Amino acid sequence: MMGVQQPAQAELLNIYYYLKLTRGLEQRVITLYRQGKIVGGVYLGTGEEAIAVGSAAALEPNDVIAPTHRDLGANLMKGITPKEYMAQYLAKQTGITRGRDGNVHFGDIRRGIIGFISPMADLLPVAAGVALTFKLRRERRVVAAFFGDGASSRGDFHEALNFAAVLKLPVVFICHNNQYAYSTPLSRQMAIEHVADRAKAYGMPGITVDGNDVLAVRDAVAEAVARARAGDGPSLVEGKTMRMRGHAEHDDASYVPPALLEEWRARDPIDRFTAYLRDQKVLDDASAKAIDDRIAKEIEEAVLFAESSPLPDTKDLLEGVYAA
Amino acid sequence: MEITYLEAIRQALWEEMERDKRVFMLGEDIGVYGGAFKVTKGLLEKFGPERVIDTPLSESAFVGAAIGAALMGMRPVVEMQFSDFIACAFDQIVNMAAKHHYRIGEPIPLVIRAPYGGGIHAGPFHSQCPEAWFFHVAGLKLVAPSTPADAKGLLKAAIRDPNPVIYFEHKYLYRHIKGEVPDSDTIVPIGQAEVKRPGSTVSVITYGAMLQHSLAAAERLLSEGIDLEVVDLRTLQPLDMATIASSVKKTGRVMVVHEAPKTGGIGGEIAARIAEELFQYLDAPIVRVAAPHTPVPFSPVLEEAYLPNPDTIAGKARELAGF
Ligand SMILES: Cc1ncc(C[n+]2csc(CCOP(=O)(O)OP(=O)(O)O)c2C)c(N)n1
Ligand SMILES: [Mg+2]
Repeated sequence: MMGVQQPAQAELLNIYYYLKLTRGLEQRVITLYRQGKIVGGVYLGTGEEAIAVGSAAALEPNDVIAPTHRDLGANLMKGITPKEYMAQYLAKQTGITRGRDGNVHFGDIRRGIIGFISPMADLLPVAAGVALTFKLRRERRVVAAFFGDGASSRGDFHEALNFAAVLKLPVVFICHNNQYAYSTPLSRQMAIEHVADRAKAYGMPGITVDGNDVLAVRDAVAEAVARARAGDGPSLVEGKTMRMRGHAEHDDASYVPPALLEEWRARDPIDRFTAYLRDQKVLDDASAKAIDDRIAKEIEEAVLFAESSPLPDTKDLLEGVYAA
Repeated sequence: MEITYLEAIRQALWEEMERDKRVFMLGEDIGVYGGAFKVTKGLLEKFGPERVIDTPLSESAFVGAAIGAALMGMRPVVEMQFSDFIACAFDQIVNMAAKHHYRIGEPIPLVIRAPYGGGIHAGPFHSQCPEAWFFHVAGLKLVAPSTPADAKGLLKAAIRDPNPVIYFEHKYLYRHIKGEVPDSDTIVPIGQAEVKRPGSTVSVITYGAMLQHSLAAAERLLSEGIDLEVVDLRTLQPLDMATIASSVKKTGRVMVVHEAPKTGGIGGEIAARIAEELFQYLDAPIVRVAAPHTPVPFSPVLEEAYLPNPDTIAGKARELAGF
């Protein structure tokens, strides 16, 4: 199925729901962190939700994602529940990793999510391996592999792209180009203007899109997915966006010029999509409120669930290092 | 004046950069941001962007580049943002840096600062103690200071050493301990352990964050008539067998304590060397207290159960004293 279909109303509302759910959950995590209920790092995708959600919206249910640390929306669309997510942040037994890992470091291959690890770009070769398996098994499935602008400086990124291109693997590499890697601005990260320019070196298409336009992301990724599914190999899709908060919540990001943030705040992907939906008469006050209320309820239930969940049992500390 | 462990590291960097124009730094977010832990705060302002270089997110590249600079007579100091990510530069360290002098006879005066260790609720990828990964590799020196004075003196020694040195700085200690640091240009020579607490019953051989826990255990056991001698290794490679031996001869009972997993840990080598070289002085089997054979778990309850602490150290020491 080549070519990109325009989303129907239900899909538009689904995208709206996941954008708002992502923002809402992460806002709640900030509160819990400030209340001291969350320890360790808090990594958010505020302002970058359209890349995760728009990309996941272009996938089929049995496709796989390799998320990075700003992809809550994609994780939710692959079936991670708000409850598990909150329990993960509160380091509870009911969290996705049962307290063994924290915050955004989770995955579940049964639901099509390659478990994220901290070293940047490490998942990209792994994503290629998942795609290789699809190819070997003649399965028409695709992997969407996410990474940041900073991650694209690592050898694993370059090795993965070359490997996937040479073996013509069904993988789409998706960059959150959010202008910074921790405190490092793009100009100190690479000597090119677009991360997508790197694609050329590996013989794959490289597309740059407005990462704060969820439908533009969806369309670009859908086209790359179609190409991958047809057996034509990998693509690189770069979404231009902005990291609107610190690297993690401990970081006040004072190194980011306020004007830059203001500029991007005006391009907030959720505000823009909401305006679009209202303009298209897909959303009105009543339907927006219904979705927002549902989200608010889900978030509060998730927090309640997480707070009332048991802590991991120290008796299990040594369990599970090896598979049985 | 008492300063923190972190300030001691910064002072050493500062003084060495003032002393020697060849010393410069490479790493992620070390300049404008002052480092993820703010160790290098103020150094960019003082020494400028040619000596405090913010790099792309490329561990293999900046370690390899540091090796190249060292080959040309510079004195690069590289910061890993977390020691866990040193794995991304493993090849450059163990194949290029470590073997060069043996093969070709040219020195590689390189320092890699590796913020390591747990106890900060940072999970499996920001808490590891990877010193044993490198302990096996000939050609590397490994140091792991536990006090501000040693942190400063050993970093100075590492920067002046003509070999690749991995400097393990414990993240938990950064702001948790303070101590007097000599104002003068004092070096703590690489390869010298120090008895941090003399005692007579059991020799506790340790390093890093476990020094504080071992000292706390010693305080606790004093009322029971158990008098721990706490030996701080400070340098892991090369091991100071002379200091270890004199302590073993004194107590006849040995316990090795480290935060890294017991399996394949440095404690195993220490125990083996004591068994090989000092067997006749032992009155009891050698005991190891270390983390279990698992990744470092995130959840604070699990991490607490994972890490050795004064209780587990005191408990084992009590058993050993009664053997
Ligand atoms: C190999 C490696 N080095 C360093 C780090 C520490 N670190 C975590 S995220 C990050 C910046 C990542 O930037 P980017 O890839 O642009 O993703 P962003 O956080 O901006 O979304 C750094 C340096 C890491 N996780 N992995
Ligand atoms: Mg970035």
